[in-house]
Amino acid sequence: MSLIRVENLRYRYPRQSALALDGVSFTVEPGEFVGIVGPNKAGKSTLCQALVGLVPHFYKGAIGGKVEVAGLDVHTTSVGEVSRRAGLVFQSPFTQMSGAKFSVYEEVAFGLERAGIPRDEMIRRIEWSLRLLGLWDLRDRSPFALSGGQMQRLAIASVLVMQPEVLILDEPTSQLDPAGTSEVFAAVGDLCRQGMAVVMAEHKVDRIAARADKVLVLNRGRVLAWGPPGEVFSLDGLEEHGVAVPAVTRAARELGWREQGGTYPVTVEAAARIGGAALGRDQG
Amino acid sequence: MAEIRVKDLHFSYTPGVEVLRGINLVLSPGSVAIVGQNGAGKSTFVRLLNGLLRPTQGEVWVDDLSTASTTVASMARKVGLVFQNPTDQLFKSRVLDEVMFGPLNLGASQDEARQRAEAALARVGLTGAEARNPYDLGLAERKLVTIASVLAMDTPVVILDEPTIAQDVTGVRQIGDIVTWLQEQGRTVITITHDMDFVARYFQRVLVFQAGQVLADGTAEEIFSRPDLLRQAGLEPPPITVLGQRLGLARPPLTVEGFVARLRGPNGLAP
Repeated sequence: MSLIRVENLRYRYPRQSALALDGVSFTVEPGEFVGIVGPNKAGKSTLCQALVGLVPHFYKGAIGGKVEVAGLDVHTTSVGEVSRRAGLVFQSPFTQMSGAKFSVYEEVAFGLERAGIPRDEMIRRIEWSLRLLGLWDLRDRSPFALSGGQMQRLAIASVLVMQPEVLILDEPTSQLDPAGTSEVFAAVGDLCRQGMAVVMAEHKVDRIAARADKVLVLNRGRVLAWGPPGEVFSLDGLEEHGVAVPAVTRAARELGWREQGGTYPVTVEAAARIGGAALGRDQG
Repeated sequence: MAEIRVKDLHFSYTPGVEVLRGINLVLSPGSVAIVGQNGAGKSTFVRLLNGLLRPTQGEVWVDDLSTASTTVASMARKVGLVFQNPTDQLFKSRVLDEVMFGPLNLGASQDEARQRAEAALARVGLTGAEARNPYDLGLAERKLVTIASVLAMDTPVVILDEPTIAQDVTGVRQIGDIVTWLQEQGRTVITITHDMDFVARYFQRVLVFQAGQVLADGTAEEIFSRPDLLRQAGLEPPPITVLGQRLGLARPPLTVEGFVARLRGPNGLAP
């Protein structure tokens, strides 16, 4: 059974005339990692918020179509109820901090306290999530004394600790260094192997291409493309819409380096394999 | 034009925990990227360049002004700093007022401040947003507002702390063009970033920070051709550079265009 089922989702913010989302449909299965890419204002953040019900319950506005997450009809279920099954990491980690807690450890405990999780279980889960995000040594620090990158990892930890079935991340690595970014993508891979469904809006398309099972390309609230990274990033005309395409794919396109199926390579490994063969042929 | 001289710079927030451990640099006009892991001391370093923080040991000079004995207000004429988090910096309820605030405080007349603000907004692509509330804008645009407010101050030194956060391809290109423009004007533009493609494409000089020290100082080509050094600093070269290395190209390509040109070069497809 799909963990996320979005059918013809249309949404307009209050006092706006244009649709922020216009006919979006896709499904995500357990264990799948879906990347959402596209230019700014394409609707990526709006879609993330629609998957947990902040759109429309918090933002109001007009909504149509259907969003089903972990078996719940998001449009008729409270945000509180949905958030027990689906966690959202906001684009700006500063938005995510409770403001009521004065250590990293307690900040991560906040959601568990609200959910009434037993103390032993809380202690176990907090340590697990802090270690997973490399924050264990910072557990006594004030959340507001963290660097941007550290706070971003704290925001992720405080959602993961709730052990949601569905994890939504809105540009979770924007302030992370390359090593930190790799850690987040690796952690997402682990969680997917355990059956979690993960949706991530992200500008780092090189990473998405290498890691995601499927890619949803949004532009002006509409789905421009949906499918495996190799197929999606091989489509013509993405860049004219302001959609980022992996660097190696752009190079392969220029040089006519194709996979056997006709698509262009989207990872360094694949490009090196195909490019190496092409160069060998020309030399030989 | 301004020259920054950093001599034996040390800094700690809490006594005994050194965040910067002896930095010596001369920063001349041009574009400089600062890269390194989270927590390497990059943001702390740039806050010492405009006097927001004072050295616990050593000195920072901007031309003939030492940050130790100059007020932040006076330093603001020389060094403009765009914070990592735009929320730390925005406090007016109209974009135009926000961008005029800097020039007004430097003594510009209303008319002049407005002209400078409008020019700066045009440069970041926000013409038309003058009457908006910065807090109604998305993160990427809020960041552009803070860049415009520093550009409007017309300082010889401009520091950008992670300017490409939340930007899409168009936004990154726009900020890259601003870096190039500042550099062509003979200004010093210092940028902290984790975006190695951005570094490879737009910067003349790259400083690699690690654990409060400068691990390496060179051109992007020099830095990205040293995998050992990058690993030590927790960094990775741009994917196109890695691809070039995998295919055995002698000098690492820094951009897709450079890579394609090399493979199509006078020697045909031979690397």
